[in-house]
Amino acid sequence: MRGNAAQHELIAPGSLPAVLDLLSSAPGEWTPIAGGTELMVAFAAGRLTASRLVSLWGIEELRFITTTPGELVIGGGSTFSDLRACAAVAADFPLLDKSASWIGSIANQTRATVGGNLVNGSPAADSSPALLVYDAEIELISTRGKRRLPYREFHTGYKQNAMTADELLYAVHLPRRFAQHHQYLRKVGTRRAMAISKVALGATTLIKNGAINEIRAAAASLAPFPARLFKTEAVLAGKSPSTGVIQAARQALLAEAQPIDDIRSNAHYRKSVGANLLEEFLLGLNREIETR
Amino acid sequence: MSATEATIQLNVNGENKTVFVPPMKRLLDVLREDLSLTGTKEGCGEGECGSCSVRMNGDLVNSCLVPVLQANGAELETVEGLASDGVLHPLQQAFLLCGGAQCGICTPGMLMAAKHLLAHNPHPNIAEIREGLAGNLCRCTGFMRIFESVLSAATSNAATSQQETHAR
Repeated sequence: MRGNAAQHELIAPGSLPAVLDLLSSAPGEWTPIAGGTELMVAFAAGRLTASRLVSLWGIEELRFITTTPGELVIGGGSTFSDLRACAAVAADFPLLDKSASWIGSIANQTRATVGGNLVNGSPAADSSPALLVYDAEIELISTRGKRRLPYREFHTGYKQNAMTADELLYAVHLPRRFAQHHQYLRKVGTRRAMAISKVALGATTLIKNGAINEIRAAAASLAPFPARLFKTEAVLAGKSPSTGVIQAARQALLAEAQPIDDIRSNAHYRKSVGANLLEEFLLGLNREIETR
Repeated sequence: MSATEATIQLNVNGENKTVFVPPMKRLLDVLREDLSLTGTKEGCGEGECGSCSVRMNGDLVNSCLVPVLQANGAELETVEGLASDGVLHPLQQAFLLCGGAQCGICTPGMLMAAKHLLAHNPHPNIAEIREGLAGNLCRCTGFMRIFESVLSAATSNAATSQQETHAR
């Protein structure tokens, strides 16, 4: 059944305070819609359950990218085209730049927002592995004020997150301290454009004296939400990526991953490819250590 | 819940238009049903095929994913705006000469994505053309003739001068 526009209310208060007032006045009543690349798909298919929507498109207070000496701050309303056009993103957070280029196509990148990608909370979200391995923080805003939490604690279940009904995703904060890290990100999908991940894996690591001094690894589509691979990280911490350590890390990932069978892939393939991506990352790391 | 209709103002291909429609109505449907601009096609209806590509304030968008309220006040370019005074746009001419169109459903979207690409990059190489059109699916041509059409338009002087005029 097709969606019927007359059955959904959509308003555009036009400013951040006006939207926050609205959300606060009737928590849960209004569903924010930014670039529409998720909700309009649901609408067209007749699956959009929200009857009252409030537009975030064009709210300039949410669309910014700023840098301070310690941080890059990305407004929740920034589009993936904004990210790709920002030299500071490419310079300091190349994995995020890369993941932005994976979002659908040009026409989707123009409209899809960082806030929308994270709040929607797809297990396959393209920007999530990069943001997780860069140790991002999420800043939420409501009429009650702002609060920050680590991104790794933002998703709490399948399409569930730590936000309350009166909050918006205001910004993503990225610490500018990864210049010396070895960085890896790869997405496996059906084709390069317009394909949702079957599985994606990212990692950042700092090498000291030939061993892994600091490591973050995260995956899309290996769990009900994009998540760090803490148990796999623990196997690698302090170790040199020898053949034995790589095998142990693969086993840890296979034990830790909880993928599902769905229309795009199946759990067995996702686990196997996830372990292969981890191995590719560690072999590259090994080569880098040997050439130092 | 029945929503009230809203007055929406659009500038389409240089002409001001006012429509009175539900604000959640898709821009695609407003173009086709309310403004009778049926050049913009619906393919998948979920933002994956690019058939409904139009330019909105200089950005390429899938009009099936834009609730019309979010286009209020916008400048829109659709395929109907390409030819002027009965003269085909150089991209249309190139598609004609190179066999870039077969059944025609994807063609308006391909043309608008190509126009967007050339507006930002007047002389793209084949890899850049592939990325610029990566969101537009064709089930007839196998894509090569479409890429050749865009390359041909980009290398013709006529296209270059026209693109420079239109570049943001």
